Amino acid sequence: MPTMPDLKEVALPELSNDEISRYSRHLILPEVGFEGQQKLKAAKVLCVGTGGLGAPLAYYLAAAGIGTLGLVDFDVVDASNLQRQIIHSTSTVGQLKVDSAEKKLKDLNPYMNVVKHNVMLRSDNALEIFKDYDIIADGTDNFQTRYLVNDACVLLNKPNAYGSIFRFEGQASVFATEEGPCYRCLYPEPPPPGLVPSCAEGGVLGILPGLVGVIQATEVIKLILGIGEPLVGRLLLVDSLSMSFRTLKLRKNPKCPMCGTHEIKELIDYDQFCGIAPPTTTGPLEVAQHAAVGDVPVQDGIPQITVEELKAKRDRGDDFVLIDVREPHEYRIANLGAPLYPLGEIGSKLNELAQYKDKEVLLHCRSGARSQKAALELKAAGFSNVKNVAGGILAWAEKIDPTMPKY
Amino acid sequence: MSIKVLLPTAFIRHTDGVKKVDSVATNLPGLVDDLGVKFPALGAHIKDEQGKLRPFINVYVNDEDIRFLGGESHTFEDGDEIMLIPSIAGGCV
Repeated sequence: MPTMPDLKEVALPELSNDEISRYSRHLILPEVGFEGQQKLKAAKVLCVGTGGLGAPLAYYLAAAGIGTLGLVDFDVVDASNLQRQIIHSTSTVGQLKVDSAEKKLKDLNPYMNVVKHNVMLRSDNALEIFKDYDIIADGTDNFQTRYLVNDACVLLNKPNAYGSIFRFEGQASVFATEEGPCYRCLYPEPPPPGLVPSCAEGGVLGILPGLVGVIQATEVIKLILGIGEPLVGRLLLVDSLSMSFRTLKLRKNPKCPMCGTHEIKELIDYDQFCGIAPPTTTGPLEVAQHAAVGDVPVQDGIPQITVEELKAKRDRGDDFVLIDVREPHEYRIANLGAPLYPLGEIGSKLNELAQYKDKEVLLHCRSGARSQKAALELKAAGFSNVKNVAGGILAWAEKIDPTMPKY
Repeated sequence: MSIKVLLPTAFIRHTDGVKKVDSVATNLPGLVDDLGVKFPALGAHIKDEQGKLRPFINVYVNDEDIRFLGGESHTFEDGDEIMLIPSIAGGCV
C-alpha cells in the first residue's frame, strides 16, 4: 500500500474553523477524519494538463482540500473546450488555461494554493517542475507527454494517477509506485504516428473525461490518505456506452527499461521516441501537433496548398477536383461543396476516383491531418497530382469565410 | 473450439461497428490472421510490416496479459475471452 513518503515527518498543518466547517463531511468520515484532512492540506499534487481530464480532476481535488495544486498547461481556452472542460468558462475564452482554471479553483476554495506552470512540459523542465510535488496526475493528450510524465515519475519515485480517453472509452491506473508497474510496462512502445486519432480528430463524449478524471482524483485522494486499494497493478477500463467497468491485471515487467532494468537513467527526446516532429511552443496543442503540415510546402512528398491558394484557384476557375475526406456528420456542420469520400472509404472507392488519376486533386478535411493521409493513399495508388489543403476547413473558416462555423 | 474476441471502440471504424466476434484461432498469430481476414481494414491497422500484432496493442486472455502467459505460444482454450487493448492518449485539449 503506497502512502505519502514524508507527510508524517513534517508537522501537519492546522485547520482553521472555517476549514473545519467546509470539510465537515470529510471530518466525520472515520477513514478521513481530522488527520486525513490535514494530510490533504499538506499534500502537493500536480495536474499535467487542465483539459478534459485535468478540469474535473483539479476541480474535485480543490474541493476536497488539497493544499497545493500545481497546473501545467500552455494552452488558451477555446470555445470548443467548454463541452467538457468544466474548469473553464465562457467568460475566460481566449485566456491562458492556467489563469482561467485558477479563477474557478480559487472561487471554489480560497484555502488552497494554486501554482501555475504556463509551459509546455518537456524533457528539460519536467524533473524541475515535478520535484516539488507528492503525486502527479497525468491528464495530457498525446503519447509524447504520456511517456515523459511516466519516465519523470519513475526517476523521481512519484506515483502517477493516470487516465486517458478516446471517444466513449477510458483507461485509468496508478503507475510508478515502488511496487507497481509503470506506463512502459503496459505499453512499451507508442503507436506509429498517425495511426491513433487524437480527440481533436476523433471526437470525445464530453462527459467521459468527467468520469475518468474523477476516478483519477479519487486515486490521488486514496494515495494521500493511505486508504482503500489504489489502482496499482490494475488497469480500469471504462466503457460509457455499455456503462461497464472492468479491471485488468497489470504486472511489473522485469525487462521494462524504465522501472525494471533501469537502463533509462534520464529523460529522452520523446518526440523522436514517438516518431513525430517536435510541436511548436505556442498555440493550442491540436494546432501545434499538425503545425508541420501548414508550415512546409511539401510534406512526405505531398504539396501543401493554403486556403488562400485554394480560393484563388476557385476564383480563376482552374481545372482541378476538390475532395472532402471527412465523415458525413461533419459535412452537415460545414462544407465547401466538394464531393465526400471519407478517409476510411477511399481504399474501397479507388475505381470511382480513378477518373481523376491524372487531374489535379486537392484534398481537404477539418484541419489537414486526415486529408494528408488520404493524399498519401491516393499518391500510392498512382494518382499523379495530389495536393493537401493545409489547415482544412477550419483554416477556410478562419481566413476566407468568417460566417462558416468552426468545430 | 471457439473464443470470444472483444474489440475496443477505437477499432470499430475498421469493423463496420462490430465489437464482439467469435474466432476459432488457437493462438495469437492465428487470431491476428483471422481478424485480418474477417476485417481487412482492421488487419491493416493492427498488423505491422511483418504481419505481427503492433506492440501498442495489448492482448488479454480472461483478464490476464498474454505476455505473462507465454505470448504468441500461448494456446487459447474453448470459451476464452480475448480483449485487445490499444494505448490511447487522449485527455483532450
